Amino acid sequence: MSSLILRTTLRLILPILLLYSVFLFFRGHNHVGGGFTGGLVAGAGFALYALAYRVSDLKQLIKIEPQTLLSVGLLISLVAGLIPVLGNKNFLSGEWITISMPRFGDIALGTPLLFELGVYLVVVGATLTILMNLMEE
Amino acid sequence: MAVVVGWLYACAVFLILRRSVLRLIIGLVLLTSAANLLIFTAANLKRGTPAIVPLGATQPAVGYSDPLPQALILTAIVIGFGTLAFTLVLVYRAYKTLGTDDLDAMKSTDT
Amino acid sequence: MTLLPLLPILIPLGTAIVSLLLRGRKNAMRRIGVAGTVLLLMAAIALLVVVRRDGIQVVQVGGWVAPFGISIVVDLFSAIMVLMAAIMGFLVCIYSLGDIDKDREKFGYYPFYHFLLMGICGTFITGDIFNLYVWFEVMLLSSFILLTLGGERGQMEGAIKYVSLNLLSSSIFLAALGLLYGVSGTLNMADLAVRLHSDVPQVLATTVAMLFMVAFGIKAALFPLFFWLPASYHTPPVAVTAIFSGLLTKVGVYSLVRVFTLLFTQEISYTHTILLVFAGLTMVTGVLGAVAQNEIRRLLSFHIISQIGYLLMGLGIYTTLALTGVIFFMVHVIFAKSALFLVSGIAGRMKGTFDLNQLGGLYRDHPVLSALFLIAALSLAGLPPFSGFFAKLILVEAGMASHRWWIVGVALGTGFLTLFSMTKIWTMAFWKPKPQDAPAEVCRRVGWTYWTPLLILVVFTVLFGLGAQPLLALSEEAARQLMDPQKYIHSVLGAL
Repeated sequence: MSSLILRTTLRLILPILLLYSVFLFFRGHNHVGGGFTGGLVAGAGFALYALAYRVSDLKQLIKIEPQTLLSVGLLISLVAGLIPVLGNKNFLSGEWITISMPRFGDIALGTPLLFELGVYLVVVGATLTILMNLMEE
Repeated sequence: MAVVVGWLYACAVFLILRRSVLRLIIGLVLLTSAANLLIFTAANLKRGTPAIVPLGATQPAVGYSDPLPQALILTAIVIGFGTLAFTLVLVYRAYKTLGTDDLDAMKSTDT
Repeated sequence: MTLLPLLPILIPLGTAIVSLLLRGRKNAMRRIGVAGTVLLLMAAIALLVVVRRDGIQVVQVGGWVAPFGISIVVDLFSAIMVLMAAIMGFLVCIYSLGDIDKDREKFGYYPFYHFLLMGICGTFITGDIFNLYVWFEVMLLSSFILLTLGGERGQMEGAIKYVSLNLLSSSIFLAALGLLYGVSGTLNMADLAVRLHSDVPQVLATTVAMLFMVAFGIKAALFPLFFWLPASYHTPPVAVTAIFSGLLTKVGVYSLVRVFTLLFTQEISYTHTILLVFAGLTMVTGVLGAVAQNEIRRLLSFHIISQIGYLLMGLGIYTTLALTGVIFFMVHVIFAKSALFLVSGIAGRMKGTFDLNQLGGLYRDHPVLSALFLIAALSLAGLPPFSGFFAKLILVEAGMASHRWWIVGVALGTGFLTLFSMTKIWTMAFWKPKPQDAPAEVCRRVGWTYWTPLLILVVFTVLFGLGAQPLLALSEEAARQLMDPQKYIHSVLGAL
């Protein structure tokens, strides 16, 4: 497919979509959102890119293989689940540390965030894997 | 709601009984959706406040809705999404290898 | 240690991740694959020892107390099943080293193999019924992929049937879950057991129980719902078939046992009688199907079905002795059945065919293989002194003790027919002189990766026949736990 309109709009939309996905990811901290929705939005953005150009172009754009993304994501989630075990808590319990940053105030960082990051990567990786397999046929 | 669930089940069963593989898959997708809606209905899902305990309180506000069915349905949808993607690839590959989408023609493994 | 009960999930997950990351490096993947199963095996043994010493192990994931969070519960039955999964995972992984070709390895055989193991172990140790659904799906998706890897013609056909019927059963399971949650308002199995016995009207509970029976029945290949099994199991490489036959249907049986001992015991005379009738029909149809087959792997696939019948017979009788029999039989059948599949794999690898009419002369060429086959086959048919004899003896005894003579008759008749069809393989493949039109022999020798797992499996089945007592004691202990759900409930909910 090579629609000029789609390509032109894509230049505008793709960065916005990716930013939005990151926004959703962090919003999941305390509100509706999170790694899963964020990952899906990012995946949808890449899908649009593959539609406007070709799958091979998408591969060049991402450079990392989606399966690697997927496995790194799984690894991060696993580690996030295991960290609390070191502190003698149950698997997947939340561990939080608070970082004080000048101007921003306190930011609570915890294993749930890390877990969500893993989920985000897994979702992006999985959607890309499925997408590439289907579109390459 | 119950009528919709019933109707979806009926459509799904009809589609599953067809010979074409693609219809079979669509039928299975409908069946999953029907099951999701069934959870929705059976678990009495309704509008309400989020089941979050407000600051300083020990109980969530009155009239909160049960969050668990939502979680169940979401999980089921995600799993359904994964299996759907896989089955679509499978059907496509099978169509390419076998050259047919008629279930009646896929008998070489039966005897 | 709070982590131990979770290790059977975490180890395969970690292994799968690492081998996904090492994609493309064949040797590394193989080493990681075997190392992962060894670790899993050690964890499973440790788990069994701990559970036997300290009783039921419970972990509340994420620190959320039951019944709100997801509990991981390991009782003796779960621990035994996890150990079986680990042993099979290890042995079949070794077998895979030789049996799985390069393309499949490259495409990710090992990662998905470990995801499959993770799903199986997950179903064994979870204490939450929705979590059980999730593990089922993990297991199913990986099994779909393992089944279709390679993309041969037969595989595709088999896979379509397998996939669609399993998806059907999953959605029935999901619907049953929804209704169960609707009537009881909880998903934690221990909590469910309490509420189903007090708050929920019996009729509703029984209806939901029937839905669960259909859903798990499809997975376990119960009588009217088994057609997917012989249509698909013989299509992938033998290593995959062996792990499937050893574990996948047993997961269905495990779930049936769990659900019908813990949750749905309100109307035993109704639900368990239905189970018993279906068990009988499953045995008979399975073995009759097997008798009619001429392809080794298809024949053995039908035998899986008839063995499932035995397992459910024990559940249907529902006494401590019967459940002891179920657990003993489970251990026995996993070993014996997989050993037979591995024999068929080796024979097929040597002769290049699985068709009984074209096989022949194996006894003359390969006496050791024949001896191993004979032991496994006689064990499956239930002849002393092998493990199958005691397994069937207990079940038959339990049947007689509860005065259900007809099921005892069916079980014995099925045993006889099993022997008959094993004799068929023996005469056709091993004793008969090599037929004229047989294809040229592919290779005369196969490597140690083929022999070792087979040998270990056969040694196990002989050991459990000659020294059945320790396993018997263990099974009985596990069966006692199953018959006494209060202990289970108490250790989950009491540990608030």
